Amino acid sequence: MSLTSDPPRGGPAVPAAPDAAGADADGRLTVVPVRHPWRWLAVAATAVLLLQFAHGLATNPGWEWGVFAEFFTAEVILRAVWVTLQLTCYGTALGFGLGVVLAFMRLSASPFLRLVAHGYIWAFRSIPLIVQLLFWFNLAYLYDEIQFGIPFGPGFVSFDTMGLVGAMGAAVLGLALHQAAYAAEIVRAGVLSVDAGQLQAAASLGIPRLRQIRRIVLPQAMRSILPNAANEIISLFKGTSIVSVMAIGELFYQVQVIYGRNGRVVPLLMVATLWYVLLTTVLSVVQHHVEKRFAKGATP
Amino acid sequence: MSAMVEIRSVRKSFGSHEVLRGIDLEVRTGEVTVVLGPSGSGKSTLLRTVNHLEKVDSGRITVDGRLVGYRRSGDKLYELREREVLRRRTQIGFVFQNFHLFPHLTVLENITEAPISALKRPRAEAVAAAHALLERVGLAEKAGAYPGHLSGGQQQRVAIARALALEPKLLLFDEPTSALDPELVGEVLDVIKDLARQGTTMIVVTHEIGFAREVADTVVFMDEGVVVEQGPPAEVLDRPRQERTRAFLSKVL
Repeated sequence: MSLTSDPPRGGPAVPAAPDAAGADADGRLTVVPVRHPWRWLAVAATAVLLLQFAHGLATNPGWEWGVFAEFFTAEVILRAVWVTLQLTCYGTALGFGLGVVLAFMRLSASPFLRLVAHGYIWAFRSIPLIVQLLFWFNLAYLYDEIQFGIPFGPGFVSFDTMGLVGAMGAAVLGLALHQAAYAAEIVRAGVLSVDAGQLQAAASLGIPRLRQIRRIVLPQAMRSILPNAANEIISLFKGTSIVSVMAIGELFYQVQVIYGRNGRVVPLLMVATLWYVLLTTVLSVVQHHVEKRFAKGATP
Repeated sequence: MSAMVEIRSVRKSFGSHEVLRGIDLEVRTGEVTVVLGPSGSGKSTLLRTVNHLEKVDSGRITVDGRLVGYRRSGDKLYELREREVLRRRTQIGFVFQNFHLFPHLTVLENITEAPISALKRPRAEAVAAAHALLERVGLAEKAGAYPGHLSGGQQQRVAIARALALEPKLLLFDEPTSALDPELVGEVLDVIKDLARQGTTMIVVTHEIGFAREVADTVVFMDEGVVVEQGPPAEVLDRPRQERTRAFLSKVL
């Protein structure tokens, strides 16, 4: 399939080797790389700036590292980290679950399903997350009870909305619905990135439809889904801090509560920062290993 | 001998362009039919309609006496559900120009996937059969390799083994050597010749005139969506009756 062909073997003759004495002199030639003085200057300047920053971290009493150490592993903070992780997990699981459904709706042959999925993605990408969260939090204002039954007909069971949803539930719902719009596009892009020939080959072999998707398409789609999905999960993880507007005891909310009481703003912000950095690092490491698993058979 | 494939008055358009303009063709059991023709003549589309990868607009195609993508009731052809089409396809092997091996599965997994998932064969049985097939195409030692690490010729031989794993009644080849470097064409044609000697019923779309002369029982020449001429290779290739066939052969020979 290559456009170029190999050069003919034994084509034009290689120039004849110079005589022995000349070859010896050529053999002693060494290569001197070009110097880069400006590059060295830039390295020095950057190093100085870094040192200044490190020095400031160590010596500026405003950081209050003692307070930082006291709170970093305090039980109240650990519990808040746990809530943040829960929000991330539920948001990711529900968000990507719904996202996969929406992606296949958008790829469906039915114009109606395509339109609905498109509309959903359009709406949830257009509304800021914080606005959505407040809407969900105030759901009871619109529907004070939720009823299950025949659509437009009689209902069988009904629940008090706030009792069913709750603050945590509203937060998860908001995060997941928001996440689903983005996840749908990521999954759709991944499925589209798989060569159409793969589905044809699977179809020509009579492999059942669901199996074609699960065994042939998705594992290949994962290669382009994973980096984007990891980005989304990390941004959702940090995005959980927005939930603090709903007074849910996640990391950022808890930190605000504590520094509101003791006034130690900077060290407590550092507590939150370091937890976010640590856990994002863990996610990145997990991402690296998952990507390696799905790289099977990839040509280097 | 009976007809394995019967194609009757098949028409097919893509938009306003009619690619197949009334094709009639018969392929007898155990014979090799080679389809020749300039690009755009509809030969690949015809091949794809035989296993219903492409739907026809009118006409009918039967393989071993059965319609592939439809059920007939009176004067109407009802399109079958996908599940049923998939089941009927397992009896028809298809080899693509660009191989279309599954890159994330090993050679062995490529071959065993369809027997296990479509025919519900026990895994051990499918694996043993796959090893035997790899032996047959000369790639016994490549079972654990990924397709990306094989040459084009090796990939196409794996693709042939994958199609054979379903023990199809009919094998379809869509320009199986067109994507290969010239020095790799021979190894693939050798495998196909070997299958021909064993009496496998095949339709091969190709540009390899020498292969057609050597292996074909029938050569079909297509141009602009119709069958221009067909017959034994000695007739069609050496004493073509139609001007269009002569013009095509003079360009490729």
